[in-house]
Amino acid sequence: METADSELIAAVLRGEVGSFEPLVLKYSPRLFATARRYARRESEVEDVVQEVWIKAYQKLGTYRGEAPFEHWLMRLAVRTCYDFLRKHQRNKEATFSDLSESEQGWLERFAAQSDSGEERASAARLLVGRILEQLPASARLVITLLEIEDRSIKEIADLTGWSMPLVKVRAFRARALMRQALEKICQEKYM
Amino acid sequence: MEIKKLQEALITAARANPPTDTVPYAFEKRITARLRALAPEDPLGQWSHALWRAAVACLGIMLLLGAWSFTEDLGRASDPDLSLQLEHAVLAEVAQEQALDFAW
Repeated sequence: METADSELIAAVLRGEVGSFEPLVLKYSPRLFATARRYARRESEVEDVVQEVWIKAYQKLGTYRGEAPFEHWLMRLAVRTCYDFLRKHQRNKEATFSDLSESEQGWLERFAAQSDSGEERASAARLLVGRILEQLPASARLVITLLEIEDRSIKEIADLTGWSMPLVKVRAFRARALMRQALEKICQEKYM
Repeated sequence: MEIKKLQEALITAARANPPTDTVPYAFEKRITARLRALAPEDPLGQWSHALWRAAVACLGIMLLLGAWSFTEDLGRASDPDLSLQLEHAVLAEVAQEQALDFAW
């Protein structure tokens, strides 16, 4: 743990709320990037990050300083995002005609060349987001952490509080569910 | 279309294009203000706050009683003189004896 963080945390625990502000300033970019992976609307993203900080403040007494503060905070952030996903589960099945023009364009280029190219990565990200929205919260979380953020099983188990075998089982199911959702989208046009 | 290949391509593209980490303006100030509103006051502060509220209530009651007592005094001022009443009370026995003497 950085000395500055530990000093600030000690001051907050003594009752100096103002000492929490540098921590918010330092770690908010990381939290916003994480929350944007799960919430689509910017107002929802802000609500999620705000909830993470309020929880962090209220539970600061439980932080024992054995691991870096950032790790402890990210665990809290991932669990808050998971709760958000469970509350806002959409599960609406999408078909090809539901896709935006850029998403359809990306798929059509992929179908033509089997190589989408990097230049339309934002369309692909939107498409992934749309597919993930159809998955259950646990499947969406595990696909994001394992496939998109490229984290290890052990890291995911640590972040989510799930056991390692449970992460593996959920990852296997999540990949299968994602393939089913993709098939549903493509069968209208390509199958 | 090969679904597994499509899945891999989508994930690769999503990995290459991570979401931004921009933070809204003065977000940290908002959080700190929110936390200040949530933070409970110290017990001594709460006690002194309660005492001040009680002092205001006591002052109000005192003013009401003062006003009531003042109006009461004004009402009594219209009654007969107090010194005269006292004289009658003190001399009541003498006056009674005199009345008995005349009767005999």
